[in-house]
Amino acid sequence: MIFLWAFIVGGIICVIGQIMFDVFKLTPAHTLTSLVVLGAILDGVGLYEPLIDFAGAGATVPITSFGNSLVHGAMEEAQQHGIIGVLTGIFEVTSAGISAAIVFGVIAAIIFKPKG
Amino acid sequence: MLQGQRTWIFDNKPVILSTATVGGPDEAACNISKDFDLLHDDMWLQQSSFEKAQTMMMEEACDIALNKASLKADEINFFISGDLTNQITPTTFAAKTLETAYLGLFSACATVTQSLALSAFLINAKGAKYILSGTSSHNSAAERQFRYPTEYGGQKPPTSQYTVTGAGCALLSDSGTGPVVTSATIGKIVDMGITDPFNMGGAMAPAAVDTIMTHLRERKIDASYYDLILTGDLGEIGHAISKEMLESEGIKLDDSNYKDCGMTIYNEEQAVNAGGSGPACAAVTTYGHFIKKIQKGELKRILLVATGALHSPLSMNQKDSIPAIAHAVSIEMGSDSQ
Amino acid sequence: MAEKNEQSPEVQSYQKLQEKHELKRPLLKNCLKAFLIGGLICLIGQLITTFYINFFNFTEQTAGNPTVATLIFLTMLATGFGLYDRIGQFAGAGTAVPVTGFGNAVISSAIEHRTEGFILGVGTNMLKLAGPVIVYGVFSAFVIGLIKTIVIKLGGL
Repeated sequence: MIFLWAFIVGGIICVIGQIMFDVFKLTPAHTLTSLVVLGAILDGVGLYEPLIDFAGAGATVPITSFGNSLVHGAMEEAQQHGIIGVLTGIFEVTSAGISAAIVFGVIAAIIFKPKG
Repeated sequence: MLQGQRTWIFDNKPVILSTATVGGPDEAACNISKDFDLLHDDMWLQQSSFEKAQTMMMEEACDIALNKASLKADEINFFISGDLTNQITPTTFAAKTLETAYLGLFSACATVTQSLALSAFLINAKGAKYILSGTSSHNSAAERQFRYPTEYGGQKPPTSQYTVTGAGCALLSDSGTGPVVTSATIGKIVDMGITDPFNMGGAMAPAAVDTIMTHLRERKIDASYYDLILTGDLGEIGHAISKEMLESEGIKLDDSNYKDCGMTIYNEEQAVNAGGSGPACAAVTTYGHFIKKIQKGELKRILLVATGALHSPLSMNQKDSIPAIAHAVSIEMGSDSQ
Repeated sequence: MAEKNEQSPEVQSYQKLQEKHELKRPLLKNCLKAFLIGGLICLIGQLITTFYINFFNFTEQTAGNPTVATLIFLTMLATGFGLYDRIGQFAGAGTAVPVTGFGNAVISSAIEHRTEGFILGVGTNMLKLAGPVIVYGVFSAFVIGLIKTIVIKLGGL
């Protein structure tokens, strides 16, 4: 069942993005930034984790999950170390996506040439 | 010579001795591919960057035009040209190879007529004997500067256009046989508040209309004088808008006498949305396809109105609208034209 | 620069004419394509997550990280072989919204700027497109984290 919900919820979040592209004429940068912030807000009010339990990758794969991970990292550190943890904890949980993109970016620049 | 506020009539009728057009892989598959002098099957031309490939195409076009007229680069007085890339460096490096006196221009997609107008003026005023006038563009170089990296998965809307990869040039002289340049009207900036960089046609149409109307008024002729009025790269949308605007001014044109290079160049299977664009669009289509029609006598008088969108990525981010311009040049058949 | 309501009547009437001729974006078709491709990418993500849970020592909570890294590795291949831009034109937000879109933004920028060298080309320009996502993701997490921490401390939640 989780496979079905992963497909549906992931698809719906992408449709929200498409509406931002076509109806509101936002650039990809504006759209993705808004979705990340949305993910952060949803985790702030405690709604994103239940969505992950329900839809699995349908919630962890869209860019909204970055916002969720960043707030999680901040909150976990804050619980351990108080308010300064909000700053230091932000990258605890997100490294995978950003590091992967950077590492594979450099590797790609070494191996590939743009196709035009 | 000066007629009206911004139109030149060339009494000494500068001659287009020869033209040359070079294209890339998309152009090799396009509607008018047989009118190109040289076509390449890859975007790099074995160079280390897209910008160097663009320089190479400009050099090739100049060489071919010189060969056709049996002239050498050191006989040319001036090379007058430009392109889209920052500080027009691809053109400058071509000028370096040619070793001729160089006047660099920036008019985006209107560069071909800005160059042709100025070149014709210089020759008409006896300020030069031979001038190489042209322009070039490269799809990937334009994308990476104005829009996104070439491998980025962005979705282009149906109003967007496709930058032509190619170079076109004309060799002008004060004497000889060939089509002649008879007049030119210099455009002014027309900005109707369009801010969408994926809708160039909509941004440029008013500039084309302004220049066409001014040209007809100042040259004291009406539209029927020309067999063809040819815009540079208004594309489907800009073409339709300009036709409606001209009609509301009493100038009724149809598909037989009003065409657009951006709509002519590519065929329907090519995924180019609203049509071709870029400085090379008007240059390769005119100097390849349409000039041949004039040489064969199929067309006697044409008015080329190339249009340019003069924005930059910086001005877009600073929320400025897109200022556009259109320069017009009339090209007519040799000595037997009236 | 004139604001929209300060524009002259000439400009306003042109904008109306322009809108009449503007080819409209096929919204319904685009949304359907985005839904299908985006859903498919998430489905593939779920398969990868399940794989990591069953064959390696990952749990539901921790499998997200290697899943994302694997998807971005696949994005690198698709981008490098010139496939991602074609899929992107078709799928729109369906490829831009999943983390694969973030990966594509970084990787395509890195590949593009190689002609300017690794330090000043690749290094400087790599995060050009994806930068705002990181900047405002971090900043909003900071603000929300701060607000939530203060609220908890005050309310003793």
